[in-house]
Amino acid sequence: MASAANVFIHRLPEVSAHELHVLAVDDSHVDRKVIERLLKISSCKVTVVDSGTRALQYLGLDGGEENSSIDFDSMKVNLIMTDYSMPGMTGFELLKKIKQESSIFREIPVVVMSSENILTRIDR
Amino acid sequence: MDVLQLQRKLREHQAAMIREGFLDDQFSQLQKLQDESSPDFVIEVVKMFFDDSENLLNNMTRALGQVPVDFKQVDAHVHQYKGSSASVGAARVKNVCATFRNFCEAQNLEGCVRCLQQLQHEYSLLKNNLQYLFRLQEEIQAAGGSIPTIE
Repeated sequence: MASAANVFIHRLPEVSAHELHVLAVDDSHVDRKVIERLLKISSCKVTVVDSGTRALQYLGLDGGEENSSIDFDSMKVNLIMTDYSMPGMTGFELLKKIKQESSIFREIPVVVMSSENILTRIDR
Repeated sequence: MDVLQLQRKLREHQAAMIREGFLDDQFSQLQKLQDESSPDFVIEVVKMFFDDSENLLNNMTRALGQVPVDFKQVDAHVHQYKGSSASVGAARVKNVCATFRNFCEAQNLEGCVRCLQQLQHEYSLLKNNLQYLFRLQEEIQAAGGSIPTIE
């Protein structure tokens, strides 16, 4: 995913006033390190997690306690970048879970990246 | 050897690694991410890649040794390896992974075993080449010089 992220990040609009907070999701240790560095060098605030489950936990969407608006503001995520193929929950499944939310979470753009170049391998 | 000679050696070695397909542009992208605030970035990523490699190659070996072979499981490991090799610019490793995946899909055990051997070989070559690269970098830095990056 990290090589795909390169291409995407160079196209991110300049964010001058506030830092973009990106939540990056990838099960690969190597990819997490590269994405984190890429985003930091692009002046983004980064949170990196290793699975869809952890991403949902971070967002407070894991069916636990309701997230109060105060908590949400302090870690407000502007963009989610996720690898597609991960054990457990795929990036696409994560996207679906987030979009099922009837709140601000629905509006967070989610980018799913895949290193697959054979389309039929990406389960729609 | 003085700094200039070391730097030339490094440049030549990097150029050779690219020419021979060991590394592709992604590696130079990684170098661009390195700076004073993250001076060991490339080495750290590569070390992670080495750990990953050893883990995944072991996993593949074990998976191919089972009776019967679960090709989906083998493929899962190869897919992961393909991903991380692509992320560090390890082109030859990545290419063998692509072929390997085709054999997994075809459930061709012989093809898979051959690919695994090839992967181990490519990984070994890459590791030696990169370790040499890093040693040259260390020597240059120790001598007070700066590291030339891949153009």
